[in-house]
Amino acid sequence: MTHRFDSVQTVREGLKDVHYLADDGIAGVVFLADRLGKPVLVEGPAGTGKTQLAKSVADFTGARLIRLQCYEGLDESKALYEWNYKKQLLRIQADRKSDSWEDVHDDIFGEDFLLTRPLLEAITSEDPVVLLIDEVDRVEVETEALLLEILSEYQVSIPELGTIQAKQIPLVFLTSNNTRELSEALKRRCLFLHVDYPDMEREKEIVLTRVEGITENLADQIARIVRSIRQLDLKKAPSVSETIDWARTLVLLGIEHIEAEQAKETLHILLKYQTDIAKAAKELSIDK
Amino acid sequence: MLDLLSGFITELRNAGLPVSLTENLDAMEAIKHIPMEDRDAFKYALGATLVKNNAHWRSFETVFEVYFSLRGPEYAIDGDKDADEFWREMQEQQRQGNGGSGGMEGLSAEELMSILMKALMGGDQAMMRALARQAVQRFAGMEPGRPVGGTYYLYRTLRNLDLEAMLEKLMEISRQEVGGNLTALEERLERDEHKDQIEKFKQEIESEIRRRLVADRGVEAMAKTLRKPLPEDVEFMHASRDEMQNLKKALQPLTRKLAARLARKRRHGRKGPLDFRSTVRHSLSYGGVPADPQFKYPRPAKPELMVVADISGSVAAFARFTLMLVYAIQGQFSKVRSFVFIDGLDEVTEYFRNTEDIGVAIHRVNTEADVIWVDGHSDYGHAFEVFWNKFGKEIGPKTTVLLLGDARNNYHASGSWVIKEMRQKARHVYWLNPEPKSYWNTGDSIVSEYGTFTDGVYECRNMRQLEAFVEKLA
Repeated sequence: MTHRFDSVQTVREGLKDVHYLADDGIAGVVFLADRLGKPVLVEGPAGTGKTQLAKSVADFTGARLIRLQCYEGLDESKALYEWNYKKQLLRIQADRKSDSWEDVHDDIFGEDFLLTRPLLEAITSEDPVVLLIDEVDRVEVETEALLLEILSEYQVSIPELGTIQAKQIPLVFLTSNNTRELSEALKRRCLFLHVDYPDMEREKEIVLTRVEGITENLADQIARIVRSIRQLDLKKAPSVSETIDWARTLVLLGIEHIEAEQAKETLHILLKYQTDIAKAAKELSIDK
Repeated sequence: MLDLLSGFITELRNAGLPVSLTENLDAMEAIKHIPMEDRDAFKYALGATLVKNNAHWRSFETVFEVYFSLRGPEYAIDGDKDADEFWREMQEQQRQGNGGSGGMEGLSAEELMSILMKALMGGDQAMMRALARQAVQRFAGMEPGRPVGGTYYLYRTLRNLDLEAMLEKLMEISRQEVGGNLTALEERLERDEHKDQIEKFKQEIESEIRRRLVADRGVEAMAKTLRKPLPEDVEFMHASRDEMQNLKKALQPLTRKLAARLARKRRHGRKGPLDFRSTVRHSLSYGGVPADPQFKYPRPAKPELMVVADISGSVAAFARFTLMLVYAIQGQFSKVRSFVFIDGLDEVTEYFRNTEDIGVAIHRVNTEADVIWVDGHSDYGHAFEVFWNKFGKEIGPKTTVLLLGDARNNYHASGSWVIKEMRQKARHVYWLNPEPKSYWNTGDSIVSEYGTFTDGVYECRNMRQLEAFVEKLA
């Protein structure tokens, strides 16, 4: 099997080219996922770039991204495959006289009548793909079992057709917001990656790469303020995406250097609860 | 290498991390692809394969440091080495270190401090590491074979360095740099920045001490002394301040999970009677044939909760946590009322109602609640009597009463008749005891006297047990 990446360093630089700044942990795990042929379970607070990681990896390896958004009530027919009933019906009615029972039976359960859903599509695809199973913690525990076969063996068993093997092993990312404990069986099959809020240096770099026309000075200041805010005991700490939004706002307003007054006025972009905003304003002593 | 790794994994299991056989094999496979010299990458490779829960990461890090602390880019080691060799390696490295770190030996204490200040100012990691090594060597007074804990050495080193004063000095420099006064915002940012650097330096010192202790005592002995319970296993009654902080952090995601799970449970319970309307509606897609019968989901009534908590000294932490947890998921109950007592009793529901911040409410409970009647020693009997007289009539058939405490009554009258009466009016009465089961009914604990009148007495020593109980409750 050929590998996609030569070293951890290539992963890191590759991701940087598509404007995703990975730290050692992230780059290392992505590299390992390729080498071991295992899926990656990405966990962490909301808005730290879990989904973006999969997108960026797809982007830089030139692969197609196939995304399965999980929700409560997701089932086989939406995640794996479904028989195209209407087409089957038409086929049966089209030539009722000529065919024997066996022919029709074999025929209507052929691949022509199969509607592929994201998981099946990912493993039958000829070109390289990255499979993203988003917010896997939203499905019920029982539905998780659907994923197990594809995650460990990269195959899908269809009773009428037999087992479909993967043509190539895709890179698989599962994201979770940790609203419930995932089953041991699922965790065991994956590499685990916890993506936390970045440290100050990295956050500054992220702001610099993602926000156009920002000065280094401002980015530095933003990163420092956000770090201070995250240290407070808040209901919801500002996420990376909120930091970026804030930075964009400040750039749009033409602010070069953040003063207390401006910080206070734009704080609501960073924090979403009134109590949090009041607390942060007080703590950072920008509230007069 | 294999031996070292299997020892490492055994230690992880001893520390309470669930490491399965497949994960073990994955780890072995993973490290084939990662060069050992790159210590960070190596750590993440092991972490990704072995640790599947972020709360366990700290425990993992500690064990990792003990087992692999001497294997880093600075000390390029090739091949397999066991604990004995670490020691020799250590001494050798020390000799090299003395020559290598720019003759720091010869510096006076003042010079050392000024170098440190520069390093902290500039955030120079390599310099900080060298300084940490120097500081430990100079101030900690470590001798091989001395049976003293790492915290002692840490204390000694830090006392000599006086990092508090350092922070002020750094602030002073920052002020001078901008030439005059900082605005309040800038002041705060600078302070956080310096604190962060100092914290990093402290960590360097800690790991340096640990490294030396490992070299002295051997890997396994060290791993054993450093073994700490996982956050969910920390006992409320004996948690240190640090552990308390961690517990508080752990509480937040836990309540979120618990609330989601309870809501789901409520929705997907057993099926109720046939929902005729919905069945007819669904039958339209089958041409009027009711092929897919629909059922009403029963909506079990949410329980009303009354929490009566002992907040005297030893059990206060436990009461606080339970209150925090209960209020964090109060959406799962139709009504929550809370009372606290020592020997007097006071209702504190208002404190929680008026604020969104549970922390503030808890603080008010601790400072404002009027819970002292005579001497401020627990008197369950009196507290229960007050409770019964004032609020007893408000207990109804929907009410679940939660009693929290260790039932150490200082040999006062028990007042257990209150519990008996309560049991007859309320839906359930539960008692949660933060003490280990083996301590119950020893000394002045009379938990079984109360227990006979309740629906159950539960041992609630740690987060895991508390979570299990609350899930059962709602």
